[in-house]
Amino acid sequence: MYIIIVGGGNIGYFLAKQLCAARHEVLLLEKDRARYRILAEELGEVVMQGDGCQADQQLEAGFGRADSVVAATGSDDDNLVVCQMAKMEFNVPRTISRVNDPRNEKLFHKLGIDATVSSTKIIYNLIEQEVGGGEMIPLAALNRGNIEIVEIEIGTKSPVLNKEIRELNLPEEALIISIIRDDHAVLPSGETMLMLHDSVIALVNADREPELRNVFA
Amino acid sequence: MNIVILGCGRVGSTFARLMYHDSHTVTVVDIQSESFRRLGIRFKGNRIIGNGIDEDVLKRAGVENADVFFAATQGDNRNIMAAQIAQHIFKVPKVIARIYDPIRADRYRQLGIITLCTTTIASGLLRDYVTTNEWGLAKDYSQEYLEQNV
Repeated sequence: MYIIIVGGGNIGYFLAKQLCAARHEVLLLEKDRARYRILAEELGEVVMQGDGCQADQQLEAGFGRADSVVAATGSDDDNLVVCQMAKMEFNVPRTISRVNDPRNEKLFHKLGIDATVSSTKIIYNLIEQEVGGGEMIPLAALNRGNIEIVEIEIGTKSPVLNKEIRELNLPEEALIISIIRDDHAVLPSGETMLMLHDSVIALVNADREPELRNVFA
Repeated sequence: MNIVILGCGRVGSTFARLMYHDSHTVTVVDIQSESFRRLGIRFKGNRIIGNGIDEDVLKRAGVENADVFFAATQGDNRNIMAAQIAQHIFKVPKVIARIYDPIRADRYRQLGIITLCTTTIASGLLRDYVTTNEWGLAKDYSQEYLEQNV
């Protein structure tokens, strides 16, 4: 396959290297001359200096026979125009755009881009998975660190989501003292149900912290 | 008319003053507050600081009720993207984008955006003046450019 990548930042550079290693025909287009020279030193003739939005330079880069065009610059407007011009001028079968502002994904699909990749959203999802798994944030230590106040956020994947507090198998020496919901502190009872995005504030003996963590993870 | 102008450079600010002077409701969006100085003290229209390719910023500028949207930032691609947001998301009836690159101006004109290619207009006017000693009409010289160059 002939794949053209526009934008030789970190993403474009690593993508070009990996696609070359996978034995695709690759062209990396970089506008900035100084950056182009650095890239060319390592990647050789895979790199070309030029503006991926301009039709004459797209022609020179061989957009006419490209199977895919990947727009990987840090500007969503540039990525959009690279892909749209590739479609309009050269009818490139597959245009893929990096999207820096995740809100633009829907817009880009509407405007004819075949696929979008939002690194912001991917990283956010990965972090949410970590945090949503019941990560405990220590807020304060009492009694010289023997007792801790911790905060646990209830994520989409939390096993205690939509459960009442009395259903939880809390360890001894652990006490849920408050729940922060929509910026309001709730004083919970046994019937209080844990909802998405609740922050549970608990007092726990430091030795029992791992057990408490297990209840929410 | 309700007019939203993106980019308070020389063209954006001058157009804003003209339209404001003619009693239209004018809102100008620019990413830098200093740019609004170009509007002068007599301009009493709205000024919005923000990124013109952000839907929320455009909404704050009242693009939902705009009759005209004009994108005149320094970046062709920024103008193209903002114009398409105004056209497809907010359904503004008259969407105009200033585009320096004659090819892009032609292609996006075919997609329904009114494109103003100051490159071909200025050079065409100049050519007519130099060769005939008369200023031509400010028609769009884009077609001529395309015939000669593509």
